[in-house]
Amino acid sequence: MDLFEYQGKQYFSRFGIAVSPGDIADTVEEAVAVAERVGYPVVVKAQVKVGGRGKAGGVKLANDVDEVRLHAGNILGLDIKGHVVHRLWIERSSDIAKEYYASFTLDRPNKTHLGMLSAQGGVEIEVVAEENPGAIAFLSIDPVRGLDLETARRWVHEADLDEVAREQAAELLVKLYDCYTTGDCDLAEINPLILTPDGTVHALDAKVTLDENASFRHPEWEEYRATETEDPREKMAKERGLNYIGLDGTVGIIANGAGLAMSTLDVVNQVGGSAANFLDIGGGANADVMAAALEVINSDPKVTAIFVNIFGGITRVDEVAKGVLEALARVTINAPIVLRLDGTNAVEGRAILAPHLNDRLITEPTMLDAAHRVVSLANA
Amino acid sequence: MSIFVDENTKVIVQGLTGGQGKFHGLRNRDYGTKIVGGVTPGKGGTDVEGIPVFNSVKEAVETTGATASFVVVPPKFASAAILEAAEGGITFIVCITEGIPAHDEAITYNRLVEDFPDVRLLGPNCPGIISPGKCNIGITSGDIALAGGPVGIVSRSGTLTYQALYELTQHGIGQTTCVGIGGDPVPGTNFIDCLAAFQADPETKAVMMIGEIGGSEEERAAEWIKHNMTKPVVSYVAGVTAPAGRKMGHAGAIISGSKGTAQAKMEALAAAGVHVCLNPTEAGQKMVEIVQAL
Repeated sequence: MDLFEYQGKQYFSRFGIAVSPGDIADTVEEAVAVAERVGYPVVVKAQVKVGGRGKAGGVKLANDVDEVRLHAGNILGLDIKGHVVHRLWIERSSDIAKEYYASFTLDRPNKTHLGMLSAQGGVEIEVVAEENPGAIAFLSIDPVRGLDLETARRWVHEADLDEVAREQAAELLVKLYDCYTTGDCDLAEINPLILTPDGTVHALDAKVTLDENASFRHPEWEEYRATETEDPREKMAKERGLNYIGLDGTVGIIANGAGLAMSTLDVVNQVGGSAANFLDIGGGANADVMAAALEVINSDPKVTAIFVNIFGGITRVDEVAKGVLEALARVTINAPIVLRLDGTNAVEGRAILAPHLNDRLITEPTMLDAAHRVVSLANA
Repeated sequence: MSIFVDENTKVIVQGLTGGQGKFHGLRNRDYGTKIVGGVTPGKGGTDVEGIPVFNSVKEAVETTGATASFVVVPPKFASAAILEAAEGGITFIVCITEGIPAHDEAITYNRLVEDFPDVRLLGPNCPGIISPGKCNIGITSGDIALAGGPVGIVSRSGTLTYQALYELTQHGIGQTTCVGIGGDPVPGTNFIDCLAAFQADPETKAVMMIGEIGGSEEERAAEWIKHNMTKPVVSYVAGVTAPAGRKMGHAGAIISGSKGTAQAKMEALAAAGVHVCLNPTEAGQKMVEIVQAL
């Protein structure tokens, strides 16, 4: 789950990482109130989960109340690459002497954590990596041992941060690592991490991605979940514990397992169709989950045919079949359904559906046959 | 021959008394797997349909001589269960648990490497391993597999593992072993581990490899194949149509920036001499051709 900048900064604060004083604002009046509280000049920043906010006019400096009104008014409602701004972050403007970069993420090939630190911050790290890879100090961290202050001190030295910034930066990096691990982040990134002319170091931006598998030990994430997605179908799916991603096509897809769901998208595409969504009902899905999945797909007006592709393992096909019948009893499903059912209890599952099959509820013996059938129905 | 397990492998089930543990543990036993015990703290001395339950892995291993464990416990207990298995003397651990936090996986993996270098972990979040006719540890439906070889299967995706088995079995082509390595960010066993084992196994004549978007494991496998693999490899990579920046279910299945795309993986595999196919059915047909020409 990606956090908004303001959520990332609030998350950083929990771990003692210094950020600029500021607060959120959903209206011009709220923006003014925050600005008066933190003191001028302030920066008015659009809260959207997409890069390039500055270039799109979503980040402005305001020296007084009139400028706050002007910029907040302009930025609220602004469309930045398809993301409409509903919330602002207003913070005290910082004088910047130097901009650094710092991040922690998982190094998947090496199965360790990877710290990246650079004295060249404020620009995209991918660009630095491309043009001047020597400017990034990489640190491989054993997840069992973690990062201690001594190692962090050597690291800031190696990255060639300014002398005056080093001790503060080392301490901040240990806190950021704590945030990354204890806070269960997939990514914790500060760009830029700044040194001010009076010699203090703090985070000017925050990019945090949380590992949703760790939700069970983070009740405080509940508030982030509330703002996670604006797509009503994705919200609906999430509430029902389904893994749904909206796409632009006409074939509604339901599969068990991420791999099979992706493969279903691929096959539908190969036979001339286009998927309306990715929907993985997960392992061990029961009748309720299946019914919920059909309801979510049914709420998408673009869908003209539905492909249910199940290969039972931990998921039992008889449960899936019951769920399909339950959904049909509960709501009117607008589009015809093509099913392909194999694996655990497939014989039982097919038997449950057999008396109900008609031209709106069809089974096909293979994934490819089902793909052809559903695409011809969708395009009819 | 099979890899990692065989008909003599003695298996315990950690979580045998839970719903999933019981269902799949008994199914594995019905298949012919030597399920010799279960472990549930506090339930030692009881049994599940004749399978004795122990309070700890150590006790189970001492009593039964088990060398493998099937871990079927909820995410928050899975890491501790894996480490308990290693500490208790188990050398092959299959963990099917989905939803373990990535940081827990990273710590568990590295603790195993550092403290128990002889222990192999398969998974987490994987369907397990089946050597048809000999041993089935995990959640794969045994009736879709066919004994007798000559194909080895390795897959990052659970349901696509079943699909791959099914495609071959339908054509009457058997499997030596089918390994589901799982789609999580820190898998205990990776493609290269399995490819190397298949390369060394005299009964395996060809390998089917199922990948998916995200990470760089397929690219690394391609590099390994190029330099070490003499047996033919057929591959399918799921997620050609997946959009960038969206997690496709698995924690590992995400295209970040220009990295991790199915296209890049397919190109790397093709450059290593792998037969790259566009869907599981095509991969099955390609394997039929290869096996018939052996």
